Amino acid sequence: MYPKWLWSSFSLPGVVWLVLLFLVPMYAVIGVAFGSVDPILQTPLPAWNPLDWNIGWMDQVLHELAPGGIYWAAVVRTLWYVAISLALCLLIGYPVAYYISRHAHRTKATLLILLILPFWISYLMRMLAWVNLLSPGGYADTILRDTGVSRLAVDLGLITQTNWLSGQSATVILALVYGYIPYLILPLYAALDRIDKSHLEAARDLGASPFQAFLRVTLPLSKTGILGGSVLIALPMFGDYYTPDVISSAPSTTMIGNQIDYYFHGGPQPTVGAAITVVLSIFLTIMMGYYIWAVRQASKQLETL
Amino acid sequence: MTTHASASERQSFNAWSRARGWLGNPWGRPRFLPAITWLYMVWSIVPVLIAIQFSFNNSRSLTAWSGYSTRWYWGNVYSVWGNTGLHSALFQSLKLAAADVVIATPLGVLLAIGLARWRGRGAGSSNFLMLFPLITPEIVMGVSLFLVFGHIFTVIHTSTLAQILGHVTFSISYVVVIVRGRLFSIGRQYEEAAADLGASWWHALRLILLPLLLPAIIASIAITFAISIDDFVISYYLSCGGACDTVPIIIYSTARGGPQPSTNAIASIMVFITLITVVAGYLLYRVFTRGESGSGSMTGDLAAFDL
Repeated sequence: MYPKWLWSSFSLPGVVWLVLLFLVPMYAVIGVAFGSVDPILQTPLPAWNPLDWNIGWMDQVLHELAPGGIYWAAVVRTLWYVAISLALCLLIGYPVAYYISRHAHRTKATLLILLILPFWISYLMRMLAWVNLLSPGGYADTILRDTGVSRLAVDLGLITQTNWLSGQSATVILALVYGYIPYLILPLYAALDRIDKSHLEAARDLGASPFQAFLRVTLPLSKTGILGGSVLIALPMFGDYYTPDVISSAPSTTMIGNQIDYYFHGGPQPTVGAAITVVLSIFLTIMMGYYIWAVRQASKQLETL
Repeated sequence: MTTHASASERQSFNAWSRARGWLGNPWGRPRFLPAITWLYMVWSIVPVLIAIQFSFNNSRSLTAWSGYSTRWYWGNVYSVWGNTGLHSALFQSLKLAAADVVIATPLGVLLAIGLARWRGRGAGSSNFLMLFPLITPEIVMGVSLFLVFGHIFTVIHTSTLAQILGHVTFSISYVVVIVRGRLFSIGRQYEEAAADLGASWWHALRLILLPLLLPAIIASIAITFAISIDDFVISYYLSCGGACDTVPIIIYSTARGGPQPSTNAIASIMVFITLITVVAGYLLYRVFTRGESGSGSMTGDLAAFDL
């Protein structure tokens, strides 16, 4: 019934848009990163032809990103922040997703609405809320001070002084957890909700304790959800710069995203910023590739079961 | 007297044995799970409620409550309405979101239908290309658009137009994902039936497919609007300065240098607008999917509204 050309012509405007405003811009980053810099104006001179590429800037950036370089501290910090935030998100998010999918019966709809609510509240509004709460005299600051938690955190070395907003890594990590955890819980919930209850019944009938059933059935079956959710929040976290900016705005919490942003807002060399962006993108593409590979492996494993 | 004491004794014994049973088998009937879940919900929502509360504070303080007032919303030069910078940011945010919805929805709907049914050369790579904006970190997209408007499409430069083009670029894929889900769930039998009854392809599209896709289109309008309003990085990278400031840019720049209740007020207004849009979208969605099997349950419907 439908003419042959119809569907490809439906796709055409969207594809052209994405080519012009997604692919071409990506190439623009590469062109600038491998270009040169105007000696007088200090503006980037992009090199569009790969034969004209100048690897000098990239070479320098790679050196600075390596141990001993000036970005090395930011690289290590970014990896730690993302790793710890991800672990905390999973630690808090898994029980929440598990409870809603498995045990919340009458309250399920209410909990799902509450779960989705943060999606509709601007990320920066949610960060602003914590800036209010943690600033000296704010509700959270007062409670943490009065209960001695702030003091304890200082004694344990988690923060260096009792002002939580004074460039503390711990505060930035908590803010990252707060900001990104909704994006993890939802895919986790979806994965847990899909699990066929009869698998669990089978495990229980065959003599597994509830804990064993969880460990041997639920956990492996939710593996793709865990991986997917983790990638979903790790990718944007690697490129985050506004969370540390808003929560600390101190050099002690600079992430790699801040380093990139610096070169585009106030810093001297967009070329350097473009080169770091290229390196970050390659790193994230490799991570994404690993994720796709891991999901394939997991689904293969399930098929052989 | 004695019966009373023994009753309370028995009660405490019961509580003790229950606690022991619970500790012995935490996974059997997990009572700590609801505790974690509700604590999480409180933790995720209450800070925002407090921030909204302080937008109504009757003093400059964001930490000490001194009574209710709307002075940060309107009435003087420090209020959202009285301050040119603040209310122009509000309009800029709404302008970008409206333009984004108007452009990204038709593009995304067409692309979703096209990609779901196009089986020629280029279909696979187009599908692949569509997924990329969903997983590209915003800073990478912000930098790339900033450079493309600075070095290739130099006519546009950094401007409101650039911001709109950027917003559409990251929104299209969301529309595609939402509409495609609906396309697969409705299948092709209705269109085939229409064809058997003599409908032309144009009639099948307009009278069968479009009405069936309407709920997904409504959902994608609400979601596009919300993600556009929420966006900070793309707007920031393509901003032309003061006139291009959006609400998230205002929050970003004031949160660092001592925020005022007016910052909370403008942020709260955006929360209200987004929630109203989403609730309206959701209600419309319910109206248009009424009587369908599989939906009707609230949890099923909500699935269409997550990202």
